[in-house]
Amino acid sequence: MIEREQVLHVAKLARLRLSEEEVERMVGELSGILEHVDRIGNLDLEGVEPTAHVVALENVLRADEPWQSLPPEVALAPAPERSEGAFRVPSPQAE
Amino acid sequence: MADILDLTVLAAHDAKMAGELSPQEHVETWFEAAGSDELNAYLWRNDRGAEAAAIEVEQDWNAPIAVKDIFCTEGVPTTAASRILEGYRPPYTATAVRQLIAAGLPILGKTNMDEFAMGSSNENSAYGPVLNPWDRARVPGGSSGGSAAAVAAGLAPWAIGTDTGGSIRQPAAFCGIVGLKPTYGAISRYGMIAFASSLDQCGPLTRDVSDAAMLLAILQGRDPLDSTSVGLEGGIRLPDREDLSGLRFGVPAELARDAVESGVREVFERTLAKIEELGGEIAEVSLPSAEHGISAYYVIAPAEASSNLARYDGVRYGMRSGGDGDLIEMYETTRSQGFGTEVKRRIMLGTYALSSGYYEAYYGQAQKVRTRIAEDFSGAFSAVDFVVTPTAPSVAFELGEKADDPLAMYLNDFFTVPMSLAGIPAISIPAGLAEPEGGGPQLPVGFQIAAPAFAEQRLLDAAHALERGIGFNDAWGSRIPWLGGGPDA
Repeated sequence: MIEREQVLHVAKLARLRLSEEEVERMVGELSGILEHVDRIGNLDLEGVEPTAHVVALENVLRADEPWQSLPPEVALAPAPERSEGAFRVPSPQAE
Repeated sequence: MADILDLTVLAAHDAKMAGELSPQEHVETWFEAAGSDELNAYLWRNDRGAEAAAIEVEQDWNAPIAVKDIFCTEGVPTTAASRILEGYRPPYTATAVRQLIAAGLPILGKTNMDEFAMGSSNENSAYGPVLNPWDRARVPGGSSGGSAAAVAAGLAPWAIGTDTGGSIRQPAAFCGIVGLKPTYGAISRYGMIAFASSLDQCGPLTRDVSDAAMLLAILQGRDPLDSTSVGLEGGIRLPDREDLSGLRFGVPAELARDAVESGVREVFERTLAKIEELGGEIAEVSLPSAEHGISAYYVIAPAEASSNLARYDGVRYGMRSGGDGDLIEMYETTRSQGFGTEVKRRIMLGTYALSSGYYEAYYGQAQKVRTRIAEDFSGAFSAVDFVVTPTAPSVAFELGEKADDPLAMYLNDFFTVPMSLAGIPAISIPAGLAEPEGGGPQLPVGFQIAAPAFAEQRLLDAAHALERGIGFNDAWGSRIPWLGGGPDA
């Protein structure tokens, strides 16, 4: 139902690097789950409105006024690496 | 000492009012009890709590509380039971936890759970499974397993958890306590780590229905920091109904076709008889689309999870791994090492369902099924006041029993998922004990009652009357009778 190539493609989209063993297992498990889930694919739901939100809600807007927010140093504190008041990350370009 | 641990929060409050219990002693006893956790129920315990709580003891109902480790707590470790958040100390506190603190409830600790609330057994915690206090070879249910086990075992008088597809109700059922999933929007989710945003809801796990009402009264409300929160109009008062006269309870006709353990079915039938004895009426209702609940749920929840969990990338908080390579390599290494098996499985499932060419077939179709299920409930509620089912098809299963079969694990959510998809409130109350399918000592069985959106007060009133009729706590104690020197000791 789901092929090895698809698993590798989806893993790439999800930014997951799977071990060979994980790929093997994922092929079997996802296929089993999708087989069950696919039952809803056969239902005739033509014209049924998809649920966007379970309880009727009106738009919630607030006044456009400055409000309290976390000081930068507090927001940065849990980061693995910081530099000059910013999050530090490895270069997007391979060296 | 043991007596204090047997009191519900309301009973302790009454004892304090009558001058029979010192508030100080009450709080200290609970902090000491939390320290004796042998079930892996807590991931973090508040060692300075009793001391700090002493300052506030003039508050008359400040029973301490356990908080699922999915709620952000400023300066206190918050992991969602994931390696990827190991060591994370949030810079702010969730609104729900703020409300508890404002009501004078000291925090006992943060409870164990399935990683990112994905699971029905608590075996998916990166910090080891929680043991069921009724039988330590069995699971406490999940994902709020630590909260449920703590309340059942006398490690906390009450607790909060979260429910996305049954994560409060099913562990409450497996541990013999009360668990309430309120209407979507009843309680603020600000600072509650997101799993599936169209489903996640916070709620109480307690010894009885009155305590659940007290906790809901504290937690409910509209929060400017959560635009999906609306609160419960008129608030919540203590339930006082003593019988069920004039109330109609609907049993889904489809129930008969479903695989329910015989022991669970027996307790369910007995509870229906009890409802009639209390003056309630039993009627058959039809929820034809509910059987597709699991399929719709296991598209919607993983799809939303795959999006919500994109934020764990080793940049802003939590662990980072592979930082010597380029950015993509760091993302992939961090996520591959930080997430556990079930979380990866759901991210994969959700990413697949949302990927180009599959979106309509999966997510779009699932959202339509969801509409159908909500319509089923609306139809049922035009004829009955409540819909009732067993909370789970089985009693607590053995550790490892379903660990290698994700689909079997998902099917355990069969009765709880439809209410989540419809956004309606549902409560699980302990209804009796039953022998597990394979034999062995008897274990608790939960009875689920669902009500229309925002009908929490009516739901609590009815559950309270039924709870009194069943007398579970009178028969088995408000916590497990043999703990601290029972039959094994």
